[in-house]
Parts: sequence; structure tokens; C-alpha cells
Amino acid sequence: MTVASTSRDASRSTTTQQSTAREPDAAPGTSPPAPAKRAPAKRAQAKQTPARKAQAKKAPAKKAPAGKSAAGKRSAKTKPADGPGMVQLLTPDGERLEHPDYPLTISHDELRALYRDMVLSRRFDAEATALQRQGELGLWPSMLGQEAAQIGSGRALRETDYVFPTYREHGVAWCRGVDPTQLLGMFRGVNHGGWDPNSNNFHLYTIVIGSQTLHAAGYAMGVAKDGADAAVVAYFGDGASSQGDVAEAFTFAAVYNAPVVFFCQNNQWAISEPTERQTRVPLYQRALGYGFPGLRVDGNDVLAVLAATRVAAEQARSGQGPVLIEAYTYRMGAHTTSDDPTRYRRQEELESWEAKDPILRLRRHLDREGAADETFHAELEAESDALAKRVRESIRTMPDPEAMAMFEHVYADGHTLVDEERAAYADYLASFADQEGN
Amino acid sequence: MTVEKMALSKALNAALRASLESDPKTLVMGEDVGKLGGVFRITDGLQKDFGEERVVDTPLAESGIVGTAIGLALRGYRPVVEIQFDGFVFPAYDQIVTQLAKMHARALGTIKLPVVIRIPFGGGIGAVEHHSESPEALFTHVAGLKCVTPANPSDAYWMLRQAIECDDPVIFFEPKARYWDKGEVDREGIPDGLHSAKVVRQGSDLTLLAYGPTVRTALLAATAAEEEGRSVEVVDLRSLSPIDFDTVQRSVEKTRRLVVVHEAPVFQGVGAEVAARITERCFYHLEAPVLRVGGFHTPYPAARLEDEYLPGLDRVLDGVDRALAY
Repeated sequence: MTVASTSRDASRSTTTQQSTAREPDAAPGTSPPAPAKRAPAKRAQAKQTPARKAQAKKAPAKKAPAGKSAAGKRSAKTKPADGPGMVQLLTPDGERLEHPDYPLTISHDELRALYRDMVLSRRFDAEATALQRQGELGLWPSMLGQEAAQIGSGRALRETDYVFPTYREHGVAWCRGVDPTQLLGMFRGVNHGGWDPNSNNFHLYTIVIGSQTLHAAGYAMGVAKDGADAAVVAYFGDGASSQGDVAEAFTFAAVYNAPVVFFCQNNQWAISEPTERQTRVPLYQRALGYGFPGLRVDGNDVLAVLAATRVAAEQARSGQGPVLIEAYTYRMGAHTTSDDPTRYRRQEELESWEAKDPILRLRRHLDREGAADETFHAELEAESDALAKRVRESIRTMPDPEAMAMFEHVYADGHTLVDEERAAYADYLASFADQEGN
Repeated sequence: MTVEKMALSKALNAALRASLESDPKTLVMGEDVGKLGGVFRITDGLQKDFGEERVVDTPLAESGIVGTAIGLALRGYRPVVEIQFDGFVFPAYDQIVTQLAKMHARALGTIKLPVVIRIPFGGGIGAVEHHSESPEALFTHVAGLKCVTPANPSDAYWMLRQAIECDDPVIFFEPKARYWDKGEVDREGIPDGLHSAKVVRQGSDLTLLAYGPTVRTALLAATAAEEEGRSVEVVDLRSLSPIDFDTVQRSVEKTRRLVVVHEAPVFQGVGAEVAARITERCFYHLEAPVLRVGGFHTPYPAARLEDEYLPGLDRVLDGVDRALAY
């Protein structure tokens, strides 16, 4: 089993759609996709597959003032088309689909485990957002809505794989076994990272967007040199896809055939900039120009993400080089607690994605399957409450660093200037103690 | 015989070779470092002997070179990266400053970033734009980086070997105008500390402080000044971060006058830092303010003007005169 190359994917996916007779967003009972509303672009429509056209008819064109104003005259007239072939294994109603390239056999136990991961990581995220509102954190980048993309990909990995996150991968960190309270340190302002990347093969959060994709490519080059059986996963967003570092990471990974999975969570918005401000082709298609496969997966479908990431990671491990996965998802909250999404996006768009909520979707599937009873849900709720309580307690007992901590770990082998300044500042601080007669 | 006479470029090559031999985790990376041996041939023959997995020709993408070197270091490798020319480092500046310099601290010391970034720097070779700059102050200002520059073949050999052994990121500035200068290298000797300054000529009337390409200029100026009856001491700074102020201070306490010479613009340059620190340390010893001779606050000029821009013998001697006139 290999990940379909982009060109093959394109031809096959039409058949796939026909065979399942359903494109993700076209599932009954869901709103038409927001991008379709936003984008009247004629050229994009002209390129639509028959399936897309049919869907466009179903979702009759509302006027799209937001699309126009967001794109503006300077933008390309086309918007990134959704493109064919989004891998989906669960409809928004929780109905199970099959995909010939991404098969998945999964037990009820495993389904419940994924559900638990998503519920707990959402609860952690909600608690962190609340703690920011209460003044306990300086900032919080919520992952609300991206649980399936993160848990699905995180659970597809092995312990020996290595993850390079951006700053929103709380669900992936959860899967890697990083204690969630460790993630709060940098947002509370007690450190700039604070964990040992090697203890869980989960690198530090990276604020400058896209930088970590190069670290991942380099790390993967090292994995290849070592002949190790491991994959490296680089997380980044649709906004980061515009950064030069991401392009360079694609180049390096491609030419050295590095075992790296580039996992782009296209959550539709880079703060207030929509995806069409980043690209005029679907992001997964970027891979084609670099000579490795790219695929788009329904990022709100944890099973599809799990299956696709497993295939991609195995492809990387087995020496077939990099893969780009675009998880098509939605950031339901703000970019961070500092921004106000109501200024740049419409309520209807949010509502259309809320109907595709990744947790709700798996819940519906569990219900259909009879895979989880009330006891399971009650226990999970109690576990959620306990996690939230632990997070609250940890933040309130998290000590501020000592003043002298800023001089620590600037250099591994020391530096005379830092030593000098440390000593001088220690003397300065001590002078207060002397004055106080201590 | 362990002492050999060789050019500075050959000494660097020998150091890379020795490091590749002694540690299988050492890698050499950069544009054209393989078959070509680098545009200055510093890596000549290394790929042939150590293979493409150890001496890695990279895509033409500086941010990518440094960013992947960071990833390789995280995997346990010790990458030695070549930036082809000084003015080409800026596409990699973000990776160096926001990532490489800070990662050890962000991980609370749990990881190390032993990456060396070799940058041929400085002018005087008649090159086109972006091939002759001295950007060292832009790196010395950044905590988490160490910055060094050798001025002779022996230091080139030993300082590069020490930089590669260092567990911190080191920006290694190579004085490209001195690549062809020859000198003795004792490959079995005991090197000076990587971050020590060194008195390379004794004197009693004034100290000339220089580093990299201007050390030779300072030595020539000291010889010329001697003919005018002036005894000039020359200190080779060698390390730009950290700076060995103790050695500079000892020299200044002896000579009571200090002139700092570098090719970089003097405004907010390494010389400004030295002047401030030495004034603080040696206020009651100084007979004259610390003076600086160096580049102007202009872009590095076109090659036909670089002799005007660079601190040559006459401008250095003028600085000596001005300091002695107090």
C-alpha cells in the first residue's frame, strides 16, 4: 500500500467519489461548505469535477460579499478549489465509509480510545482558554475543532517516530505522552518551552511559523543516515505554507528522500487571513511540484486522519521519502485568545463547521455501532472533570522562575559575559538583602 | 615532523578532515562543498574521501541549510555548515537567531546544538556586491551564539577544530582575504583557548586591537610605526563572543592607549563594545579615548572603492597618531 501520488490520486478519486456516491461535505443534513459560499470564482467552477458541479447546484450560490471583500482586487480571481479526493472514512453523521487506499480495521475499544483522547484534549484546551480569561495564562492558542486532525495523526505514530509541532498541537502532545500541564509553562510565561524534546520525541513548540519544518527535514535526514526505522512528522498550518522555510523543507526532504510526513492542518484561517490569501491551488497539490505525494484528508474525521497518517508514516519509514498530508479542518475558536474572529469571519461559516464537529461525528459513529454505553460516557466525563481540576491546580501552583534562571542554559559550555552578568546581578540583588539587614 | 607551513585555507581543510576522521557524527554541509570543494576550495577532496553522506552538497537555500543542520544536530550529528559568502547568510539569519541560538535555553538545557556556521567574511578581494561584508556584530549581539575568527593558519586549524568540538552553536568567520596567507601549523601542539585573545606583538606606547583580516594590517602598521619610533602592541581578539577583555585590559594598562581596527562599520560594531568595556575597566589608566578605525556607515562599496573603505595601513597609522596626540 502506498500513498497515492497526486496525479494518480486525482484520477482515482473521481471513481472513489462515485463509488461512495458522496463527497464529505455533501452528506445529508449538513450545511454546504463555507468555501463554496465564499467563492464565486468562475475559473474555479470551470475546473470542477462533475461531482463538484452537482454539489454546487445543491448549494445554490448565495452572494458572497465576504469572499469578495476578503480577497480584494489584488488577489487572484481563483480561489483554491477544494479539489477531488478528500479521504473520508466517517461522514458528518457518523456513517462509516471505505476508501480503497486507506483501509482501516478498528475495534470498538480503539474507537472509544480515540473518542476519549479527543474529549480529554478538548477539555484540556477549554480549561486553558478559561485560565487565560482568568488571567492565569498570558495567551492561549486554542485547538478547538482540530481534535480529529491531531489525535488521528498523533495516534498513527510509533514511539520511535519524532514530532515537530507548531504551537497549537496540544492534541498531538497528548498522544505523545507529554503531560498537558507542561504545555502551559510558555503561555504562563515561566519559560519558552520547558520540556526535554527527547523524552517523548516531541520537539518544543515553535512560534515562528514554518521554522520547524526544516528542523523536521534535517532530523529526518539524520534518521535516514542512521538507517533507523522511524518517521518524522512536521506539523504546520495553511498560513505557514506561505513561508519560504516550508518550501525549503519540501526541497530538502525531497532531494534527500527524507522520511518526513509534512502534516498541514488547513484550518482555513491564518489569524484573519483566509486560505485563499496563501494559495490558489489546494495545498496538498504543492507536493507534486516537489516530486512527492500529497493527499487531502477530511481533518474532522479522526478515522481518515489515522488511516492516512499511518500509510504516510509507513511510506516514510520504508524509505519512500516524504509525504504531504493536508488535513482539511477548521479552527472553531480564535487564532489565539488575543484575536476576535467575529471581525473577519461569518457566523454561518462557523455554524457550518460546527455541524461537522469531529467529536460529535465520532460520537454519532459510536452510537450507530453501539460501541459505547452510558457508563463509558459518564466515566469519561468524570475523567474530564478530574483533568480540568488537575490543570487548574497545576497552574496555580506553578512557581515563577527564580530571577537568576534567565542566566541558566544560555550556553551549554558557558560564556564569560553571561557569567559576569550573572555574578553582577546576583550582587545587585544581594545588596537589597543587606539593606534590609538580612 | 608535526609542524608544517601551509596556507590558511589548507589549515581549514586539514581541520575539517581531522574532525571528520575523529568523529563519525561530524558532517560538512553547504553549497558546492562536494565535488567542487567549495568556491574557495576549503572542502577540497573531503567528499571524495568521506562520501556524500558526510560531506553533503545542499540545495541553494541558506535557511534550509541551517534549518536542516539544526534538525541533524537534534538527531545527534555535528554539522559544520558553509555559507558561501558573508552577504548570503541573511536568508538563514532567522534560523540562526530565532532557532539555533535559543533552542538550548528553551529546552532548559536538555538538548545541545553543536552547529558550526562557517562564513567567509570581509573584503579586499575585488568582489561584487554581497561578497565582501563584515556582519559579525549582527551575530555577536545575539545571546546563545559564539563567534570567533582566526587570523593565521595555526589559529584557523585549531579554532575550527575547537569550534566543532564545542557543544554550542559557533559562527566561524573566515577572513577570506587571508585564505592564501601562509604560516606554521603544529597539528600536535596545544592550542590556545578558543575564546582567548592573544598579544601577537609586544609594544609599550599603544595597543592596536584587531581580528580576522585586520590583524595583518595592524601588524604592518606596528612595523611602520616602529620606524617612527613608536612602540605599538598588537592584540588579536580571536573571539568576538565572548570577548577576552582581561587580555585586552592587561595590554591597555601597559600601553594606556587603545585603537580598535575592524573592517565592519564602526557604528555599533565590535569596536564600540570594546571601547565601552575598556573605558569602564581602564578609566584611570587611559591617556586617550579609545579610538576606532573601520568601515563607514555605508553599504560596502563597489570594488573600485574598497581600498578607500577598508581600514588600510594609512588610516590605521592615522588612528595611532590621533591616539598619541592626546
